[in-house]
Amino acid sequence: MTAPAPKPVLEIENLRVALPKGSDRPFALDGLSLTVAPGEIVCLVGESGSGKSLTAGAVMRLLPEPHVHVAGGAIRFEGEDILAKTEAEMRAIRGDRISMIFQEPMTALNPQKTVGWQIDEVLKLHMKAGRRERKAHALEMLNRVHIPEPASAYNAYPHQISGGQRQRVMIAMALALSPKLIIADEPTTALDVTTQLQILKLIRELQRDEGAGVLFITHDFGVVAEIADKVVVLKQGEMVEQGPADEVLNRPRAPYTRALIGAVPDLTPPPHRPLSDAPVVLSGKALKKTFAARGGLLTGKRAAVTAVKDLTFELRRGETLGVVGESGSGKTTVSRIVTRLVEADSGAVELEGKDLLACSARELRAMRKHIQMVFQDPMASLNPRKRVVDLIAQGPIVHGMDPRAARERARELLALVELSPAAADRFPHEFSGGQRQRIGIARALALEPRVIVADEPVSALDVSVQAQVLRLLADLRERLNLSLLFVTHDLRVAAQLCDRIIVMQKGEIVEAGPTAEVFAEPKHPYTRNLLASIPGRDWTPPVKSIEAA
Amino acid sequence: MPLTVPPILAYALRRLIQAAPVVVLIMIGTFLLLKLAPGDTVDALVGDMGGADAAFIERLRIEYGLDQPVWVQLWRYMVKLASFDFGWSFVYEQPVSTVLMDRLGNTLLLMATSLSLAFTIGVLLGAIAARRAYSLSDNIISTLGLVFYATPSFFLSLMMMLIFSVKLGWLPVGGIKTIGAFYDGWKHVWDVALHLVMPTAALSLIYLAFYLRLMRAAVLEVAELDYVRTARAKGAGETRLMAHHIMRNALLPVVTLLGLQFSTVLGGSVVVETIFTLPGLGQLAYQSVIQRDLNTLMGIIFLCAIIVVVVNFLTDLLYARLDSRIELK
Repeated sequence: MTAPAPKPVLEIENLRVALPKGSDRPFALDGLSLTVAPGEIVCLVGESGSGKSLTAGAVMRLLPEPHVHVAGGAIRFEGEDILAKTEAEMRAIRGDRISMIFQEPMTALNPQKTVGWQIDEVLKLHMKAGRRERKAHALEMLNRVHIPEPASAYNAYPHQISGGQRQRVMIAMALALSPKLIIADEPTTALDVTTQLQILKLIRELQRDEGAGVLFITHDFGVVAEIADKVVVLKQGEMVEQGPADEVLNRPRAPYTRALIGAVPDLTPPPHRPLSDAPVVLSGKALKKTFAARGGLLTGKRAAVTAVKDLTFELRRGETLGVVGESGSGKTTVSRIVTRLVEADSGAVELEGKDLLACSARELRAMRKHIQMVFQDPMASLNPRKRVVDLIAQGPIVHGMDPRAARERARELLALVELSPAAADRFPHEFSGGQRQRIGIARALALEPRVIVADEPVSALDVSVQAQVLRLLADLRERLNLSLLFVTHDLRVAAQLCDRIIVMQKGEIVEAGPTAEVFAEPKHPYTRNLLASIPGRDWTPPVKSIEAA
Repeated sequence: MPLTVPPILAYALRRLIQAAPVVVLIMIGTFLLLKLAPGDTVDALVGDMGGADAAFIERLRIEYGLDQPVWVQLWRYMVKLASFDFGWSFVYEQPVSTVLMDRLGNTLLLMATSLSLAFTIGVLLGAIAARRAYSLSDNIISTLGLVFYATPSFFLSLMMMLIFSVKLGWLPVGGIKTIGAFYDGWKHVWDVALHLVMPTAALSLIYLAFYLRLMRAAVLEVAELDYVRTARAKGAGETRLMAHHIMRNALLPVVTLLGLQFSTVLGGSVVVETIFTLPGLGQLAYQSVIQRDLNTLMGIIFLCAIIVVVVNFLTDLLYARLDSRIELK
C-alpha cells in the first residue's frame, strides 16, 4: 500500500496491561504499538504466554478486570479513545463496529440456542429492524459464508453442524453488521488443514468486500504467510519486530523472529534413506476396527463407525513411518490398535515376529516393553502426584527391574532427553510443556523399546519447542536405532521427520510411500488437496535452525 | 401405512418396560429385608392386647398366612401385587389401597410444594450469590444455606413449633386441618395451607441448600465459558447474559439433582410428618414399622418406588427439553 495511508481503524500506542501481583512478570503487555488500516490484515504473532490474546481483550475492553487491567498507553478506534468509554458505550460498539472471532468453534457458540437465534442476537442488539427483516439478513449472512442450505442451518443447533461450519457461523455473526474492525483470535487453530484454508480464504474475501481492518492473532507462521499484510511479533509481552509481511517473513531482523521462523518445519522432506534391507520390526496386516453400534432392544441405537478398514503396513528398524490425516480419518485408532490399547476386530500386528493381537494378557504384558507410547498432551499423560524419577522408573520396576537400578537408569535417561539431573526429584507441574514431553519420551525409552508409537507428540507445543522435541526424537532414533510410528495431522511436522508416510482418509489408506515422493508427486486427489491446503505452502522459511533429519 | 408412534410415547413405553424389573426387584428386596426383622404383625397385635395364649397366637398366624415359609409368602404377595392388590391392613382393618389413598394426597402436596419452593428459591439465591461471588451478600446467602443444611430436620421443626405456635401462636402446631371445624370451600383450603406452612418450610429449608450450592457453582462455571465471552463480544448486557446464556446452561446439573432428590425428600418427610402429626405416607410408614404392618409398609414402598420412577421420567423429559443436545431415544 503506497497510496496516502488511509486513516487507521485501530491505533494502539504504547499499551501496557498489568498482571496481578505474583505473576511471572508485572506486565502482560509492555509497550505495544500498532495500527490497523481499513482493508488491512495485521497479524499479531507470538508463542503461548506472549500476551497476544490479552491485546484482543484490551481492545474489546473485556479483560478480566480488576486482576488484569490496562495500566498505560492508548487505544484509539476510528480516532475515539476506547479506554475512556463507559460500559454502555462499549456495549454499543461490541458486535456492531468491532467484532470478534474466537478460536474454538466448538465452545464459542451457546449449545442451547439455535444458530439462527445466535446470529439474530447480534442483530437484535444493534439493528433497528423487524423480526422478518432480521431473519432475511441472517440468512443472507449464512449464504455469504457459504453454508450449504442456510435455511436449515438457521434452525440447527451448534452440535448438529460440523466444526468448519460452526466457524463459518461465528464469522457470519462477526460480520453481520459490517464492522470496521474484526479481531480474530486464532480462528483456524482448532480446524483441520483443508477447512483451515477455506476459512482463511473466506475471511480474506469478506474482509476485502467490506473494507474492514483485521487484527489476526495467531501462533502459526504458515497462517501468517497465507493471510497477513503486516506482521507484529510479540515475545513475552514485548514487541520485538513489526513490518510488512513480506519483510518480516523473508528478511526477519530481530533474533527472536529469526529463531521463530527458523523453527517452522520446512515442507521439503529429507532425502529418502534406503532402509529396505533393514529388518521389519513392526507390521500390521489387514487390521480392522469398527466401533460397534451401541444400544439394543431397550436403549437408543447409534450407528456403527468404521474407524480403520483393512490397514496393512510395515515398519523397519530405524525407520519413521508417519500416519497423517484429518480428524476422523482413524489415525489415532491406528496408534491404539498397534499398542493394543484398543482391540482390533481382525487382522494381526506382528512385533518381533510375534502376533501382538493373539497374545494372552500375560504375554502381552511382557510384549509391552517392546512397544511404548508418547502421548499428545504432556500435561494429562503424567501422573501429577509422582516425582519425575518415579514416573520414568515405574515401567522397568513393573517389569522386574531392581528399583534402585531403575531409578539410576531414569536419571541417565533424563540426561539423554537433555533435562538436568535435578529434574528427577521434581513434579510434572514444575515443568513447561516441552520439558514435560521430554519426560514423556524418557518414560517411553525406559523400557528400551524397539518401537515408539507417538500420537501427535508435538501438537500441543509452541513452534520453537516443537522443533527441539522433533530434533530430539530424530536424534534418539539414530542413536538407539529406534523405529517410530508417528501419528500427526501436521504435514509440515511429517515432512520433517518421516521416512515414509501413510495418508489416511475415513479409515482407509489412500496413499503410502516415501515422504519425499508423496510430497513431490501426490497421486491421490485427497493427498493433493491436503498438500495444497497447508497454510503458507508457497513460502519457504528463509532461515533454518534445525538440520534436516 | 405403517403405524407411526410419536417418539415421546415410544420413549415413555420403553421407560415403562425398563422400570418394571426395577420395581419388582425393590419389592422382593424390601419384602425379604422386612422378614429379616424380628417380630411380625401378630407379635405387635398381641403386644397391644397385653398378651394372649399360645394357641390363639398360633391361630392368628395361620389366619394371616404367617405360618408359611418366607418364599411362599413372597410368592403369594407378588402374585397379588401383580393385579395391584395390596392386601389387607390388619392394623387399620381396611384394604391397604384405601389407607394409602387417604394419605397419598397430603404427602404429595407437602413434597411438591417444598421441593418446588426449595428449587426455585435455591436456584434464585444461588444465581444471585454467584453473580456477586465473594461479596457480603454471597457470604450471607452461603452461610445461611449451610446453617439450614446442617440443622437436623427434627430440631428445625421443633424450634419452628416453639416459636411460631407456642410463643407467637400464629400457626397451628400440627395436623392437616382444624379438627371439628368442618370448613368447606376456600376456608378449607386456607385452613390446610396454614397447617402446611411449617412442615413445608422445614422440609424446603433443608433441601434449599443443595440447590443453592449447586446453582452457585454451576453459574460460576458457566460464566467463564467461551460462549458467554462470545455473547459479551456481541455487546450483550449482564441481564441478557444471565437470562439467555448462563441460567439455561447452569440449570442442567441442578435439574439432575431435582430428580435424584425426590426420593430423599420422601425419606425426609417421614420425620417431618411424624413431628407435625401430618396424616401422610411418611407418618404412616413410621407407624407401620412400629406395628409390624407389613402389607401397609410394602404398599408404601411400592407407591414410593412408582413415584420415584415417574419423577425420574419427568426429569428426563425436562432435561431433554432444556438441553438441545439430548435426544429422547
